[in-house]
Amino acid sequence: MQLTVWTYEGPPHVGAMRIATGMEGLHYVLHAPQGDTYADLLFTMIERRNKRPPVTYTTFAARDLGRDTAELFMTAARDAYARFQPQAMIVGASCTGSLIQDDPGGLAKSLGFPIPVIAIDLPAYQRKENWGAAETFYQLVRALAGPNAPAPGTKRPERAAGVRPSCNLLGPTALGFRHRDDITEITGLLGKLGIDVNVVAPMGSTPADIARLGDADFNVVMYPEIAGQAASWLHRIFHQPFTKTVPIGVSATRDFIQEVTALAGIDPAPMLQASSSRLPWYSHSVDSTYLTNKRVFIFGDATHAIAAARIASEELGFKVVGLGSYSREFGRELREAAKRYDVEPLITDDYLEVEAKVAELHPELVLGTQMERHIAKRLGVPCAVISAPVHVQDFPARYAPQMGFEGANVIFDTWVHPLMMGLEEHLLTMFKDDFEFKDGAMPSHLGTGHAAPVAEAVAAPAAAVATESVATGVAAPDIASATAVAAAAAVWAPEAEKELQKIPFFVRGKARRNTERFANENGVATITVETLYDAKAHFAR
Amino acid sequence: MTVHVQPCAAPAEDPVSRAVRTESGQREVFCGLTGIVWLHRKIQDAFFLVVGSRTCAHLIQSAAGVMIFAEPRFGTAIMEEKDLAGLTDANDELDRIVTQLLTRRPDIKLLFLVGSCPSEVIKLDLSRAALRLSQRFSPGVRILNYSGSGIETTFTQGEDSCLASLVPALPAAQDETSSLLVIGSLADVVEDQFMRMFDALGIGPVQFFPPRKSTALPSVGPNTKILMAQPFLPDTVRALQERGAKRLAAPFPLGVEGTTGWLRAAADAFGIDAATFDRVTEPNRVRAERALGAYKAELGGRRIFFFPDSQLEIPLARFLARELSMQLVEVGTPYLHREHLAEELKLLPAGVALTEGQDVDLQLDRCRLARPDIAVCGLGLANPLEAEGITTKWSIELVFTPIQGYEQAADLAELFARPLVRRAKLVA
Repeated sequence: MQLTVWTYEGPPHVGAMRIATGMEGLHYVLHAPQGDTYADLLFTMIERRNKRPPVTYTTFAARDLGRDTAELFMTAARDAYARFQPQAMIVGASCTGSLIQDDPGGLAKSLGFPIPVIAIDLPAYQRKENWGAAETFYQLVRALAGPNAPAPGTKRPERAAGVRPSCNLLGPTALGFRHRDDITEITGLLGKLGIDVNVVAPMGSTPADIARLGDADFNVVMYPEIAGQAASWLHRIFHQPFTKTVPIGVSATRDFIQEVTALAGIDPAPMLQASSSRLPWYSHSVDSTYLTNKRVFIFGDATHAIAAARIASEELGFKVVGLGSYSREFGRELREAAKRYDVEPLITDDYLEVEAKVAELHPELVLGTQMERHIAKRLGVPCAVISAPVHVQDFPARYAPQMGFEGANVIFDTWVHPLMMGLEEHLLTMFKDDFEFKDGAMPSHLGTGHAAPVAEAVAAPAAAVATESVATGVAAPDIASATAVAAAAAVWAPEAEKELQKIPFFVRGKARRNTERFANENGVATITVETLYDAKAHFAR
Repeated sequence: MTVHVQPCAAPAEDPVSRAVRTESGQREVFCGLTGIVWLHRKIQDAFFLVVGSRTCAHLIQSAAGVMIFAEPRFGTAIMEEKDLAGLTDANDELDRIVTQLLTRRPDIKLLFLVGSCPSEVIKLDLSRAALRLSQRFSPGVRILNYSGSGIETTFTQGEDSCLASLVPALPAAQDETSSLLVIGSLADVVEDQFMRMFDALGIGPVQFFPPRKSTALPSVGPNTKILMAQPFLPDTVRALQERGAKRLAAPFPLGVEGTTGWLRAAADAFGIDAATFDRVTEPNRVRAERALGAYKAELGGRRIFFFPDSQLEIPLARFLARELSMQLVEVGTPYLHREHLAEELKLLPAGVALTEGQDVDLQLDRCRLARPDIAVCGLGLANPLEAEGITTKWSIELVFTPIQGYEQAADLAELFARPLVRRAKLVA
């Protein structure tokens, strides 16, 4: 058993629902107890979809367990087929459904529908949402495209002269982080390069579309967590190569252009010269100077986290102080990326561990999921969301891709807005003695105006103490006493306090924190002017 | 302007003979685990540990909607392959998790082990686990268990299971005097209003169940009179009756009429004369009526369709039909307790289409055909219905918002008026 309060991923059948809901003409019959229908609201409320997910649940109850739950499943499948007339059906069981061992696949086959019926076996007690999505997509591709596979040993026929190269976009699903807009962006980018999109799947595709995946020259794997397995299979069976670069960020988009043009046999140079994003110029502009080495902590699914680290480091000039992911399946990739930024990779699905890490690293910006948004809010750190799981506000009405050149523009804005603007920082310094401004003033665009987060400096280390002791299994002291301990540990001498006031106020909070940390780590009981400058020298970079 | 306060002046229809359509099929309702979302706010020193699957954890997270609480007083012990395959002893695992939890959260005084679908199907005996762990952690922590599983309970029944599990822990009433026990979670503000009303009427002592603190459990005995504040508590009532308590037949305190009937049931049981009752309640009744007046024009004559959700549907339909002149197209309820709802059924207009249970696709067909002015439904159905042009009211708000009593009668009407007003306002 594993104790959890919040989870990054749902169960694997929710992953299957993300595939089915993204598609048209596919229906999912799920052997599940009453209550599992909650999953519908993920799509209708969080993603604001205007249709119910194409899922029929058997919703068996205790009284059914004594009777024939298999019959219940067959009735539900029969009714669903009659009502929705799908092109294909997937069947499976949720965690409880799998315990009663009714074999939905066998039962559905026995009904003799004149459409493909694909059994999706998802080990609910071992795996999670993204794995479930990947497995479902893979099984669908195998079952629907498989019959059109070339005979083993035959080569792919050469593309006829004059025919534009084509590819499939693989991986976008319902409930994905900006998948809808990424499709538009990448389709446009490929179009400009002269590459046609054969099928986008699963999002927007029908079972008939899946059956013709083999027609394309190659595959673009947009989200490896979901499409990696299917793309490998297509490579093996249909000899379709697939892309490895995920085009998130300016550099990655340029790498992606190189990669797809190589696969398509096109010259990338005109495109690379013609197109770019505003991100590089904005990053070079004077206003961005203040972004230099801002300490950023990154956590999300592996694809978005790794891409974010590259952008943060190479395109915005931040310093990556933490990098982690809940995608255990992509642990190797994440560890490799962490090595590049010389940080300890954090691979966990325990959000308390993430919280402890954020508190310990005290970054200046957190890039994360819905969970990290809350962690950051609690610790008083600015935050931007880069990955699922997300909130209703992360399905914006406006066009806001993450991929391609426009995606890079969106990312620049989204990540930089929670921070104080460069010019704003300058002006605050110049007018620092004005009565309107106080130590630790919040960015003016963040609504709370100039309300100074007074408790922040004390609360952050206190929370760190509390969460750290949780992680080590020691009883956590309550926050108040932890604060008292932290405050008692380092007493400021009056002259040191006076010296601190001479430091420009926008860095004063950090100076105070660093000095106290230095004092505590070195067993200094009273912070003197000397301690202050010792700490300054110690933390100088 | 006063209302008709005689609860039995309604259509004299025998509630038992009332026709009820019973449906079974796909149900679009939450399971009983969801009750944790409001119970953990109500009992402020209790923790709810679901013993279940990743689905359970995901459900609670999704049902809680936004993560308002950095570390809420609920969690899930997620069972893994090795627990099911018998590679580990599930009881040892549970002991380990509970020890870990209580070490981390020394503020917990009452811990509920909450059964789920998978723990029920594999027949994990949580009552024995609760007993074993209680012995280990008493007297500091009391450990109880109940089932919130979807194969046993729908949505609000989780509260019933929880409260029923607490009944054996209630102390015995010591004296011979009658006392009133109000059962069912109410918002603190509503509890306080009712308390003032009972005081003014001279009814007492009055206790509420569940209590705000698990260390202040109400006492129960043969002189305890139960007044149900929520319609979904049959197991709790049965458990209390086994301890000698008597249930007072009453409508539920929704709307002016329901609140009056509810208070009157208590007043009658405590021998409060009619003149006192009228004198005490009249100012509140008049004020509530006046507040309701604003919504009569908006809601009167509008056609409403209830999908089953919380079991509050029948009292709500009664209030909307009788006090706001709405027309009831269909009233669905997940489960209908004819005895506890007898007073409500007497008041419900004759010929209302009542449905117990659900086959959601068939019910959606009926709703589309009827094109009601407003449909009350769960979150999974709301946006799809709105997209089809049918105005909806999220039923879950009716469970989470204070709606009981005189002072909330107009708030309750507003919950139904708001979606209609909104639709009328929007031109684009």
